[in-house]
Amino acid sequence: MDLVTLSRMQFAATTMFHFLFVPLTLGLTIIIAYMETRYVKTGDETYLEMTKFWAKLFLINFAVGVVTGITLEFQFGTNWSRYSAYVGDVFGSLLAIEATATFFLESTFIGVWIFGWKKLSKKAHAGVMWLVAIGSNLSAVWILIANAWMQSPVGFTIRNGRAEMVDFGAVISQPFAIYKILHTLSSALVLSSFFIMGISAYHLLKNRHTEFFTKSFRTGLGFGLIFSLVVFILGDMNGVLVAEKQPTKLAAMESLWETTDMAPSYLFTWPDPENERNAIEIGKIPGLLSFLVKHDFNAVVQGLKDFPKDERPPVLITSYAFRGMVGLGVIFILLTVFGWFKRKDLLENTLYLKIMLFAIPLPYLAIQCGWIVTEIGRQPWIVYGVLKTADSASPVAVSQVAVSLVAFILVYSVLGAAGFYLMFQKAKKGPDLVSE
Amino acid sequence: MALQSIWFFLWGLLWALYFMTDGFDLGIGALYPILGKTDQDKNTMINAMGPLWDGNEVWLLTAGGVTFAAFPLVYAVMFSSLYTALMLILFALIIRGVSFEFRNKVNHPVWVKVWDTCIFIGSIAPAILFGVAFANIFKGIPIDDQGLYQGNLFTLLNPYGLLGGVLFLLLFVQHGANWIIIRSEGDLHDRALNMAKNIWPVLTVAAVVFLVASWFVTPLYQNYLTRPILFVVILVTVAALMSVRLFLHQENGFKAWFASALTIIGATFFGVIGLYPNLFPSSIDPSYSLSAHNASSSPLTLKIMLVVVILFVPLVLAYQIWTYHLFKDKVQQEDFMY
Repeated sequence: MDLVTLSRMQFAATTMFHFLFVPLTLGLTIIIAYMETRYVKTGDETYLEMTKFWAKLFLINFAVGVVTGITLEFQFGTNWSRYSAYVGDVFGSLLAIEATATFFLESTFIGVWIFGWKKLSKKAHAGVMWLVAIGSNLSAVWILIANAWMQSPVGFTIRNGRAEMVDFGAVISQPFAIYKILHTLSSALVLSSFFIMGISAYHLLKNRHTEFFTKSFRTGLGFGLIFSLVVFILGDMNGVLVAEKQPTKLAAMESLWETTDMAPSYLFTWPDPENERNAIEIGKIPGLLSFLVKHDFNAVVQGLKDFPKDERPPVLITSYAFRGMVGLGVIFILLTVFGWFKRKDLLENTLYLKIMLFAIPLPYLAIQCGWIVTEIGRQPWIVYGVLKTADSASPVAVSQVAVSLVAFILVYSVLGAAGFYLMFQKAKKGPDLVSE
Repeated sequence: MALQSIWFFLWGLLWALYFMTDGFDLGIGALYPILGKTDQDKNTMINAMGPLWDGNEVWLLTAGGVTFAAFPLVYAVMFSSLYTALMLILFALIIRGVSFEFRNKVNHPVWVKVWDTCIFIGSIAPAILFGVAFANIFKGIPIDDQGLYQGNLFTLLNPYGLLGGVLFLLLFVQHGANWIIIRSEGDLHDRALNMAKNIWPVLTVAAVVFLVASWFVTPLYQNYLTRPILFVVILVTVAALMSVRLFLHQENGFKAWFASALTIIGATFFGVIGLYPNLFPSSIDPSYSLSAHNASSSPLTLKIMLVVVILFVPLVLAYQIWTYHLFKDKVQQEDFMY
């Protein structure tokens, strides 16, 4: 295998693994901070016990998320040095700001929170969790601004043989970044709320700690319902911007080959890139795509044939990841809306609880699908329209990357297995309640 | 350009802060199997750094991040040239970071042993490898006019590079032992104090050998000879190292820790001043070297990043000092959180 392929495989493996843990960190910090605040405000001990139990799971997850995050910053230099030298002026500064301004906040105060139960007042301790929540979510904001710039590069000029910043304000405030941030942070809350609801459902099905887990479930449900809707609406708005800024990605998502007005969406397609058409098309809804991305049934949407073959992303994986994400998004809305109507008598709805238990992995899947659309749909570009992935890898030996890739797979498999095993054990065991 | 020079020294400062902060917890990890005789000792050691190590490690991301932002070409060439060494550091920090969280979650001797080993290897390897990497940077790295690295991992393992590795390890171990003195009592405290006293002469010899070897192997002293006032930095560093012993004699862990912190800052700046204006010098031809002048970002990016650093680094230092202050007392068993 060649250098670029191996480097891409390593980047995909390490990033996707990292992002198995990040969303739960982002969302649970907020939900735990909310629980602890409820405890401080109401004095209700159940909220304190909830804070402690969910934090136990959160911290295992957090540990794996943090250590695998270091890889990502290193990897731009170790494996994508040509990219780094070319765009560091813009991209590097965003990563540096993330570390300096926000990641310190998260990492310093998580230690204070874990060890500070006796040293801080109740109020201050809850406040520290909010600092962790703000720090981690703002860290994500900077990383997503950096990623948005790779999708929709703005505020720069090509000078001295590289991309140089000319308008920092444009880089950090472009709508593409804002929608991406809100969409991603909302998805993290969806994942976290399904995590809480699923584990709560397990215990409710066993009739254990019913007060504790009913309260937990309802807390999760509130977040889940709101953010399942928000993530869907924002996703749609995101799609409008993708159509404008990244027409090849949009065409691949919808496997649309011909440029046309009244552009259709299909329920099912099987793309045939060789012959530049779909081998199978089922469930054509004329004009729907035009309406979704331009808010006008008659609008023209560009198809893949409008672009040179070597500037098109892989269609099959992009379109299926996209449909997976959207389909799952619909399921999240249905499940949380149903739950809202049954929130008063959860214990009687055993089928629903069973479904929620097995729904825990679904938001993980949806989020991974979302990143596949984002990153594979951007190919062959690393920075859309500016720099190709093929021209970005480090000039290191193929053997070096091969060895590190194997090492990552081995080490991460062990970490992932250990991390999920511990979370599974602690979740199954449930809280140690003083009150019962 | 003045801006590039300011950034050169900020770059040095951030690496120095990383070595100063993470240095003591890496040192504790390296001492873990030696000082940690009982399970109680081991838990005291990891809980002594428990509230702090994660925040410390972010200095590495910041140092790496500003290298990327202010000197993208240096970041690109440095990280790809040192590929294998950096991957080893990365894996070490990964297995170490999860170990603290995982170790006490399952009560089985094999499980505990595995993560104990990870804490030790994950601490000692970065301590040595950072030393090897920086000593090689002081000496010059075989990069050609395209910034391509003409060597491999073993090129770095030359005598001077290895000496740098030993020096860093000893600095960190000294620093770590001083922290254990602060946060432990009884038998562990006494053994940490003895350990700190025993490390000191070895560290001092290593430091002297390193200073002498640098004269013969590296061009670091040129800047000092041009501006002899700079020798003050070396004198202050040596004085700090001397005072470590004095404070250990007084059994004052806090003062000894501050002195070893200053020693690490001084040792880093000894090299950084000598390097100026080079960030990544070439040993093949000095004209291939990457310097603050030929490898920096645009003036606009340097200015934006300067504002960020001026605003946030003092703020971070303030809240981290508060954190250290909060967790400076003796660790009690009932305070174990890991």
